[in-house]
Order: sequence, then C-alpha cells, then structure tokens
Amino acid sequence: MNPVNYLYLAALLFTIGATGVLIRRNAIVVFMCIELMLNACNLAFVTFSRMHGNLDGQVIAFFTMVVAAAEVVVGLAIIVSLFRSRHSASVDDASLMKL
Amino acid sequence: MENLIALLIAAPLLGAAVLLVGGRRLDAVGHWIGTLLAAASFVIAVVLFAGLLGRSGDDRTLIQHLFTWVPVESFQADVTFRLDQLSMTFVLLITGVGSLIHLYSVGYMEHDERRRRFFGYLNLFLAAMLLLVLADNYLLLYVGWEGVGLASYLLIGFWQHKPSAATAAKKAFLVNRVGDMGLSIAIMLMFTTFGTFAFGPVFGHVTDASQGKLTAIALMLLLAACGKSAQVPLQSWLGDAMEGPTPVSALIHAATMVTAGVYLVVRSGAIFNAAPDAQLVVTVVGAVTLLFGAIVGCAKDDIKKALAGSTMSQIGYMVLAAGLGPIGYVYAIMHLVTHGFFKAGLFLGAGSVMHGMNDEVDMRKFGGLRKYMPITYWTFGLGYLAIIGFPGLSGFFSKDKIIESAFAKGGTEGWILGAVTLIGAAVTAYYMTRVMLMTFFGEERWKHRATAGESVDGHAAPAEHAAHAEPHPHESPKTMTIPMIVLAFGSVFAGALFTWGSSFLHWLEPVTGHQEGDSPLSTWTITSATFVLMLIGVGAAYAQYGRRPVPAVAPRGSLVTRAARRDLLQDDFNHVVLVRGGEHLTRSLVYVDHTLVDGVVNGTAASVGGLSGRLRRLQNGYARSYAVSMFGGAALLVAATLLMRAV
Amino acid sequence: MSAQLAAYSTSTGEAFQFWVLGTVAVLGALSTVFMKRAVHSALSLAGTMIVLAVFYLANGAYFLGIVQIVVYTGAIMMLFLFVVMLVGVTAADSLKETIKGQRWLALLCGVGFGVLLLAGIANASLKDFEGIGQANANGNVEGLAALIFTKYVFAFEITGALLITAAVGAMVLTHRERTERAKTQRELSEERVRAGKHVPPLPAPGVYARHNAVDVAGLLPDGTPSELTVSKTLRDRGQVRDVSAEALSDLRALEQRAEERLERTEIDSAPFKRTEEASK
Repeated sequence: MNPVNYLYLAALLFTIGATGVLIRRNAIVVFMCIELMLNACNLAFVTFSRMHGNLDGQVIAFFTMVVAAAEVVVGLAIIVSLFRSRHSASVDDASLMKL
Repeated sequence: MENLIALLIAAPLLGAAVLLVGGRRLDAVGHWIGTLLAAASFVIAVVLFAGLLGRSGDDRTLIQHLFTWVPVESFQADVTFRLDQLSMTFVLLITGVGSLIHLYSVGYMEHDERRRRFFGYLNLFLAAMLLLVLADNYLLLYVGWEGVGLASYLLIGFWQHKPSAATAAKKAFLVNRVGDMGLSIAIMLMFTTFGTFAFGPVFGHVTDASQGKLTAIALMLLLAACGKSAQVPLQSWLGDAMEGPTPVSALIHAATMVTAGVYLVVRSGAIFNAAPDAQLVVTVVGAVTLLFGAIVGCAKDDIKKALAGSTMSQIGYMVLAAGLGPIGYVYAIMHLVTHGFFKAGLFLGAGSVMHGMNDEVDMRKFGGLRKYMPITYWTFGLGYLAIIGFPGLSGFFSKDKIIESAFAKGGTEGWILGAVTLIGAAVTAYYMTRVMLMTFFGEERWKHRATAGESVDGHAAPAEHAAHAEPHPHESPKTMTIPMIVLAFGSVFAGALFTWGSSFLHWLEPVTGHQEGDSPLSTWTITSATFVLMLIGVGAAYAQYGRRPVPAVAPRGSLVTRAARRDLLQDDFNHVVLVRGGEHLTRSLVYVDHTLVDGVVNGTAASVGGLSGRLRRLQNGYARSYAVSMFGGAALLVAATLLMRAV
Repeated sequence: MSAQLAAYSTSTGEAFQFWVLGTVAVLGALSTVFMKRAVHSALSLAGTMIVLAVFYLANGAYFLGIVQIVVYTGAIMMLFLFVVMLVGVTAADSLKETIKGQRWLALLCGVGFGVLLLAGIANASLKDFEGIGQANANGNVEGLAALIFTKYVFAFEITGALLITAAVGAMVLTHRERTERAKTQRELSEERVRAGKHVPPLPAPGVYARHNAVDVAGLLPDGTPSELTVSKTLRDRGQVRDVSAEALSDLRALEQRAEERLERTEIDSAPFKRTEEASK
C-alpha cells in the first residue's frame, strides 16, 4: 500500500468536517467538526513527516494540538456564556447582523 | 525722492483707517483730519512734481519697490510703484481736485451725522485711486481698481436708508463687476502670453505675441475700461450713481474714477498700438458713448443726471481719442485733466444750488438763481463756457485737439469720427446751455411752491428752510465756494497753460509717444467749424429755453425725448435682454437639471438602491451562510492553484 | 513498529489495518456530522480520534499517537461532553435545515472541495517516501524534544503563552461577578407580593396529573396543562411532555368500558369533545 492513502483519508475527513460545520446548527457539534478538520490536518502532517523522513511535520502537528486545545477552551467558554444569555446553543440564533 | 511715492498713498490710507476705526470720538474733528491728510498727499505730489521737473524728459520715471507680494515660482507680483509723467498728471489731478472736494464736503456734509464716515470713505477712495495710477504692474493696478470700485459703492450708497441709493450702489457694483471680469481675464491672458504682468516687461515683449492674443487682451482691457468709465454697453450705472452725495459725484463720477478707463487704455498704449482692430473698437465705443451721453444729457430735468450724461459724453471723447493711438493719447489725457477741472466745478456748482434749494434737483423748479447765488453763478458759468469749448477756455483747447486728431485718423474712419465729434460739440453746447438757462435764468419757478418734500439728498435740511416750505436760495458757505473758485480758475486757464508752447505734449510724450496725423482739413477750418456748431447749439437751446418760459412740469415730448429721459432705454434693454433672457435661461436650465441631470442621478441612485436591496439578501446574518461563502471561496482558490500548476 | 513499516511500500498488515480502520474513521466522521444528538456526535468523534491515534503510531509518530489518545480523546472530548451536559439537549439538535438552500450549497461546496483536494493529491505524484526510520533512530520522543527545544523553541514558548491566555480568557468569559447581595427568601416573597404575580408558590409538577415525572406539566382543573409546573430549564429546552390528551383518552376508555359493562348503547360524548378542544 502506498502511504499516500493516508493523505486521501485526511482530505476526506477534512471535507466531511467542513461540510458538518456548514450544515449543523448546534454550536457544540460545529465545534466538534472543526476538531475533526484539525485532526485531519494532523494526519496529513504526520504522513508528510514520514514522507520527508524528518520530524518537523510531527512538531507542527504537536503545535496544532496545543492550539486546538486552547481554541477548544475559549470556544466552549463562549458557547457556555452564549447559552447562559440566550438560552440556546444554535449558531443561527446569534444572527444580529441581519437587517 | 522715490521713497516719497508710498507716502502719497499712505497719507489718505492712514486717514481712512483712523476715521473708520476711530469711532465716534473723532466725530468732531474727523472731517478736518480727512481734509488735512488729502492735502498732505497733494503737497507730497507737488514736491514730487517739482522733483520730476528738475530732471530731463526721459529720466522722469521713478520706481519704488516696496516688497514682493506674491513670490510663487514664475508668478511674481511686486508691490512696486511707478511714478512717471502719466502717473504724475493723475496724481496731481486726484490729490488736487480731491483736496478741494474734501474741503467742499466739510461745508456740504455739515448737517450729516455720519460725516466722519463719509470722509473716511473719501480718503479710502483717494488711496485706492492713487494705488491704481501708481501701480507698476497690472495685478497691483487691479487692487486699486477694485478699491475704487468699493469706495464708489460705499459712497453711492452712503445714504443707504434711501432704497434708491442702495439700489444704485448695487447696480454700480454689479455693472462694474462685468468690467472687472474683463480686467482679470486680461491679466490672466497677459500672464499666459508674456509670463508676467509688470508694465515694463509686458510692453517690451508686445511684438513677441500673436495678433489674436493681443487683440483679445486689448478687448478685455477695453471691457474693463467700459465698466469703470461708463461707456456703452456698460454705461447704465453712472446716471443712477448720482444718488450719492454731490461731492462724490464731482470727485468720483466726474473727475477721477470714471476716467480710470481712459488711464488704462493710455497706459496699455503699447498693447493697443499693436492691435489695430481693438483700437477701432475703442474709437467706436467712444463715438457711440459720446452721442449717447449727449442725447441723454439733453433730456434730463435732474441737474445731476444731466451732468452725468455730459460726463459720459466727455469720457466718450477721451476714449475716442485714446482709441486713435499715438495721435490721440496726449489729447485724451489733456481733455481728461481739463474735464476734471470744469466738470468737478460744475458738479460742485450743482451741489451748491441744491444746498440752497432744499436739495431740490429738478431744474424745472429752479430758475433765476443768478441773483441769489452770484459766486455759484459765476463759477458754474465759467465751467459752462469751458465745457462747451468757448474760445480761450480750457475745454476749447482740449476738445478741439481731439476733433483734429479724429480727422487726422485719415480715411473714411477719420471723416466719420470727426463728424461725430463735431456733432457732439454742438449737442454739448445745447444741453449745457439748457442746464445753464433753466437753472440761473428765466422766471423764478420755485416761488410760491413747496420743494421736493423730504430732502432728496438725504442730509437734514437746515432749520431755516424746513421741508414743504418755499425755498430761500442763498449762497453757500466759504468752505464750499473756495473750491468752486479754484476749480473755475482751473477751467479757465488750464487749457491755455497746457497748450502754450505744447508744454503738455512735451511733458507726456516720453511716456505715451506722439505722432502728428495728417488731417485733411486745416486746423483753422476745424476750429471755426467747431465754433459755428457750438453757436448753433447754444442758439437752439436759447430759442427753446431762453426766450420762452420753461414749463414747470415736463411736457410729454417726442418719442426721442421720452426715450432719452429713460436713458435711451438702456435699463429696458438690460431688463429685456439680460434679466428676462437670464430668467429664461435659468428656467430652461432648471428644467434640464430637473429632468435630465436629476433623472440620471436619481435613476442611478434608484438602480443602485434596487440592486442593493437584492444584494442585501445575501447578508442574512447567519454565520453558516458566511461560512459557505468562505468555503466556496477556498474551493475556488484550490481550483485556481491547481489550474495554474496545470498550466 | 520497525523501520521497515515506515518504508516506501508498507506491509500488508498495515494495508489491512488502514483499510479497516480507515473505514471506521470515515464512518465515525460521518456520524459525527449526521448524528442527531450531540452526545452521539461526541462519541463518534472520540472513536475517529482513537483510529487516528493508531494511524499516528503506524506512521512512526509514537509520541503524537499517545498524546492524541491522552490529551485529545481523554481530555478535550471529555470537556465537550461536560459542555453538552451543561447545555443539554436543545432545539438546535434538529437536523432540519432552516436557511433556504444552505444544505445544497454546503454539499455542493463540500463535494467540490473534496474532489479538488483529492485530485490535487493524486496529481502531485507523491512517490518517494523516505520513511521515518532514520529520524526515529534515537527515539521518537528524543527527536521531537531536540527539535522543539532548539529549532522551534520560540514557537513553543509562544504556544505556552497562548495556552495561559486561553485559560484566563475562558475564565473571564464564564465567570460572573455578583454585583449585589443575594436576595433572601423573605425579600423574594415580598417582591412577589408587590408584583402581584404568582403570590402563592408555583404549583408542583404532576399535580392533578396521572404522571409524576418532572417533565410532565400538571393539569389545571379543566384538563389543560400548566407550563408553570415545569422547571424553567426544561421549558427553555422545550422538553415539556404534554400528557393531557393521554389522560383524556384514558378517561374515554374508562367510560367505554363502563358503558360496556352497564350495557348502555348511546352516550353523548360532546362534553369530552369540548374538553378536548379546550385543551388544544
């Protein structure tokens, strides 16, 4: 098997995650989809690391994880406070820019 | 000696500043301050004149550079004064006559509570007029030009509580504005053509410019001259300007400011010499105005308006002479100076008559006044003889010279211009005799009759003859008669003095240049023809107004008379052509604006609005919709990248 | 995992593993997107992540594989579950689309993007894999450490700062300062009397009802349910169960049975119908 299949898998997962962001209304699920996209990227990084025979890709994936962790912490805090003020976790309810 | 030039202007300017800023504190002495500073300016002028006389003919130009006014790259404007023979002549006339009229005003305006302000304006006028004639470049001249316009506006409307005065001031200002546009355009043209507007360089490079440009500049200068000097077609303001106090009419609208146009043409002689077409237009304007003013002068019953028509006509003579080129420049200025004397004298006389007659101006309510005001009668009479060109008096010399020059132009033009000037001389004699007879001779039509109710001239009537009472004609105070006597001397002797040994010709020739034309008629022929025509004019007037009693109410008169009373329909013409035309133009422009311009603008706005209303739906506020746009954009970016790599 | 596994062509074992677990990962991802309940989505995502961890290990990224399981699946997904618990089940869980055309546009973009990405990868002709064996010669963790603490040390430090900032930010976002003293029970009751609304305590759930669960609204004497009897949180989530119709049908069945027993043929059911209408 050619390791490039890992890249195909990463692309597929990324696309699924992106589509999920677009069609789900629950902010938590949207967030999960974003995590899915990040994980797909990580898989690609790890595969590239193997392709080039050095560890830089893995280091980048490691940083991505850290950033994802930070993002999750802040994002979930936002969702919680949003829910507290609006009694809803739907991203469509926060549509104040609408005329 | 050069350093004295700025003082000429500084003295009256200081007077204006002190009088206008000083406030009521100066009410008691303000008029004397103004008169003294005007006289100081005259003394400086005399000193400078003596200095110039001590030099040789070609060395009589003094330049004083004060400071650089606009130093911008090639646009250099200096505040530089040029005192040469031409300016000197004007300076002497302005300060001399100006000082006399200041003195006269002390008496004339005695009962006006705003006398201090009046003297402030008069001083302002003197300063601006001196700046105009002393400027060494056209831009500085323009400052003076606007300054005299402002002073004229302020003084015509001095009795602003009268709607007629306020309107007349506005009219004068607006009509002058047309001329001022001409001057500013001329200056701009000069700058683009010669790269400068200083007198010396411009006149030195006249030959470098194309004929068309020179003609354009000359015509624009002529337009300016027409505005300031009340020449056809911008003549309509001068008659109404008589709403101002009489000293103003004498100084500004007879002796000095209205002659600024002649000064401009003569000063720009080099340009006009190089543009014969423009010169022809100048002579035509002069000839037309000459007759126009004379005809208007014949029909007016208002003594000041009759004199105003006369002024217009006499300036027509000067402009005509100036249009003749080097043949006529000197005589134009000579007539200008003699006219300054006798016309100022005539106006002061008229003012004196009005002063004694409860400010009545209608000549039909005068008559037989020579017994009551002898000094006025004699000075006015001498001025009268001078203007009609009675042999030996100043008008005789200067006007005859112009008539000779007109004939000397040569060819058909010469004959036509000569004929016009001759006819003008006859008409002048007619209308001036009419004024003289109606005012000082005949029965006393003012008896047993109340005069013009409220004081026409606006200043409070003295207690001894209140409004609605029969007037008691009396001689005016010394402050008024002395200037009249001095001016009468000028009217009598100036012409002879100037002509004696061709002194004036030699004096001005270095500046204006001179050439003798070849007249088809001998000098004696012309002189005798003029004399005969003058006698005919006097005779006709005597037949009409001297032998028969003058009706106290103006008869209906012929069609021409009625037209002339209405200033030959000048205002009607302006109203129909300019005002109505302007209104129609405006209305059609408004229509076009409403339908076409607004249509396009509103249409654009409406379509943009409609488009926005549709585009707005894209902005639905849902984060997910925006995310779709982003994701679609990302997909397009990937596609573009792949495409570029494939290519 | 040995160096051979990371070579250009992978072993059959890894291929087998890839195809089996890859399918699981894709299925997990799809159910993350399409599961109705957030809890199910979270569990599916956790599954996908574990599969990915195995793939990391297979690709020679031992450290990342373990971190993926411990940090991601263990910590972050638990955080998700906590929030799901806090927020509860909401109307947002519905998969029904509310924005016109959004779903089709999303699918179009997704499919387009995926096709482009896959085509790009296929087009890139990635043939020469060097394998990770060389780089992992001194151990994967040691190799990573050498990179992080030398080449990427600044990025590493800044990431630390980022984490601190995120932690503080989360606290700031969720922390609510109490600006006034909490009201005592007495004050609350006085306030209620002054407002003149609900002077007595709110009715308890299940009163006059046949069910006594907290999500069942108590019935008013005319048979209509009263929302006031249900907790505000449940009301906000729209999780109130309406059993009034059930009670009425039960009543009707009882009447029916009574009639059969008493052998009555006709009964005027109008009063019931009226009650039914009133309850709607």
